[in-house]
Amino acid sequence: MIFYIIRRLLAAIPTLLAVLTLVFLIVRVVPGDPAIAILGDRATPDGIAALHAKLGLDKPIWQQYVDFIGQSLSGDFGRSMVTGRPILTDVGAVLPHTIDLTLASLIVGTVIGVPVGIWAALHRNRFIDYTARLLSLIGLSFPVFVSGIFILLLFALHWRLFPVIGNARLDDPVDRLDKLVLPAATLGLVMAAYITRVTRSAMLSVLGEDYIRTARAKGVPWRRVVWRHALRNAAMPVVTVVGLYIGILIGNSVLTEIVFNRPGLGKIIVGALNQRDYTMLQGLMVIYCFLIVVVNLITDLTYGLIDPRVKQ
Amino acid sequence: MADPVLSVEHLRTEFRIGGAWHPAVDDVSFVLAPGETLALVGESGCGKSVTALSVMGLVPSPQGRIAGGRIVLEGRALVGLPEPALERLRGARMAMIFQEPMTSLNPVMTIGAQVAEAMMVHQGLSRRQAEAKALAVLDEVKIPSPARRFHEYPHQFSGGMRQRVMIAMALACEPAVLLADEPTTALDVTIQAQVLGLLADLKQRHGMAVLFITHNLGVVAQIADRVAVMYAGQIVEEGPVTAIFSRPAHPYTRALFAAIPRMDRDAQDLAAIAGRVPSLDAMPTGCRFASRCPQAQVGCERPQVLAPLDEAHVARCHVATAVRGNWHQAD
Repeated sequence: MIFYIIRRLLAAIPTLLAVLTLVFLIVRVVPGDPAIAILGDRATPDGIAALHAKLGLDKPIWQQYVDFIGQSLSGDFGRSMVTGRPILTDVGAVLPHTIDLTLASLIVGTVIGVPVGIWAALHRNRFIDYTARLLSLIGLSFPVFVSGIFILLLFALHWRLFPVIGNARLDDPVDRLDKLVLPAATLGLVMAAYITRVTRSAMLSVLGEDYIRTARAKGVPWRRVVWRHALRNAAMPVVTVVGLYIGILIGNSVLTEIVFNRPGLGKIIVGALNQRDYTMLQGLMVIYCFLIVVVNLITDLTYGLIDPRVKQ
Repeated sequence: MADPVLSVEHLRTEFRIGGAWHPAVDDVSFVLAPGETLALVGESGCGKSVTALSVMGLVPSPQGRIAGGRIVLEGRALVGLPEPALERLRGARMAMIFQEPMTSLNPVMTIGAQVAEAMMVHQGLSRRQAEAKALAVLDEVKIPSPARRFHEYPHQFSGGMRQRVMIAMALACEPAVLLADEPTTALDVTIQAQVLGLLADLKQRHGMAVLFITHNLGVVAQIADRVAVMYAGQIVEEGPVTAIFSRPAHPYTRALFAAIPRMDRDAQDLAAIAGRVPSLDAMPTGCRFASRCPQAQVGCERPQVLAPLDEAHVARCHVATAVRGNWHQAD
C-alpha cells in the first residue's frame, strides 16, 4: 500500500506540470494584449510598455514560462488586476466556504444516494425501485436555481427554520452550520439523485457476477452476501463518480452561491470573467486544477483501499 | 442400493421467454447413492447446469423457477423450502463447483477468508478457528505453501489454483453431495488431469456423492460410476458407465460417441450431428432428437418415455427399447 501511495503521489507531479503548462499556453493564446485590456484603447505606448514590464510580458516567452511555473509552485499567483490584492488572499477568503459546501453536499449525496441505490437494486422492478428511480429522475431534472429557490421559500421563508442569506462568519461554527444546511441540501440532493442511479446499476451488475453465485452456493445468508461480497465490488464505480462529482461541485456551485448569497470559488470565477481579470483567472485555473488533482489522488488511493488488484 | 443421499424426481425447471414459461429441464429424475459419481453428459444448453442449480436452489429468479418435481437431500425435501432453510443446507450438506474459476471467486476478498467463510457461517466457528481449518483444507487440495497464499487475492492465482480454491471452499464443511459443473472445462489439459485426480481422491477420502456435469466423454470414462445423457432438457439415456460406453442405445448417445475423433483409425470424417437442438419455445411433443436422428421413423412423433434396456440401463427411444424388448420376448 505504501508503494502504491508513493507511486500515485509521483504520478500526480507530471499531471500538475502539464496542467500549469496548459494554463500558461491558454492565457498566451487568447488574442488581445492584456495591457491594452487593462489600460483601455487610449493608452500611451509608454504606459503599455511600463505595464508589460510590470507584468513581466517584456521577457522572452521561455523566461515567462519558467517564472510562471516557479511562482505557481511556490503559491504566488500574482495580484488581481481589478482589486490589486494578492490572488491567494482573495481565494483564501472564500475557499473555506467552498470546501464547506462541497463536503456537506458530498455527505448529503452519498449518505442518501448509496443506501437508496442499494435498496433499489435489491428490490429491482418493484415499487421501491420504481419510486427511487422516479425520485432520482426528478432530482436530476430540476436545475439548482429552481430547487434552491423552492427550498428557500419552504424552509427559510415559510417555516423560518434556516436563514435566507448564507454569508456565514467563519469563526462561528454554529453560524457556519446554520447557513450551510439549505445550500448543502440543494446541491446534495442533486448529487444523491445521481449517486442513487450509479449505485443501483453498479449493485445490479455485481449481483449478477459469478462470485455472488459462489457465495450463495456456500450458504452465505443473503444479507451477508450483499454486505460482504457485493458492496465492496460495487463501490468502485460509485467512488469514480463521487470523485468526478466533487470536481464539478467545486467549480459549478456558482448558481447555489448566488441563490443563497454565499461567497465561494464559483462566484469569484464568474466575477473575474465579467471583469476580464486575467491574472485572477489564471490563478483560479491553477488553483482549481490543483484541487482537482488532489481529489483525483484521493480517489485513486480509495481505489487502492477497495480493490487489491489496483495496487499491482 | 443404499438409501440415496440425493434423489431428484420429475424435476421441471422453467424459464420465462417472451412472457411464457418454457421448461429448460423437463421431467428429470435420478438418484445418487453415497460415495457414487454420476456423470451428467450433454451439450451446452441441454439443461445440465440448470439441473444442478435447481438442486442447490439457485435457479436465477424471477426469470426462472422450479415448476414441479421433488428434490430430496438426505431425506429432506428441498423444493419449496424457504430461503433461510436452503442457506443452512447449501455449503454444509451440498456444495457446488462452477465452470469458471476466473470469475467465480470474489476479487476483493482473500482466498483464506473465502474458504473460511462457509465454516464460520455453518459451524459457528470463530474467525481464528475457521481460518485454522481453512488452512488445513487448502493444504488438502494441494495448494503449495498455503500459509503464505492464505492472505493473497484471487488475481494472484492461476486458473488451476483457483479451481483448487473452489474445491476447498466446497469441501470445507464436508458436504454429502458435491455438484461439479464442468469443473475442468476452462483448464489446460494437464491441469485438468490434476484436478480430476484430486477430485477422485477427495471423493474417496470423504465419501461424498458427486454429480459431475460435463460434455467431455473422455472425462466421464475416468471418473464416473454411472452416466446420464441429457438432450434438450430430458435425460435420454442412463446406465452404468460400462454399459453406456460399450452399448450406447439412444441415437443421440451414439452420435456423441461418433463425434469423438479416434487416434487408432486412419483419417476420418468427424461425424458432426446434423441440424440443431430445437429452441425452448419450439419443443416438439414427440422425440426431441427426431429432427436430427438418422433412424427417425413412425412413432417418433409420439412422446417418448424412458424404457429399460437392461438392468439399470434405460433409454428414451422407442426404436432402441423396442428392439431390446423384442429380444427379451424371443428369450
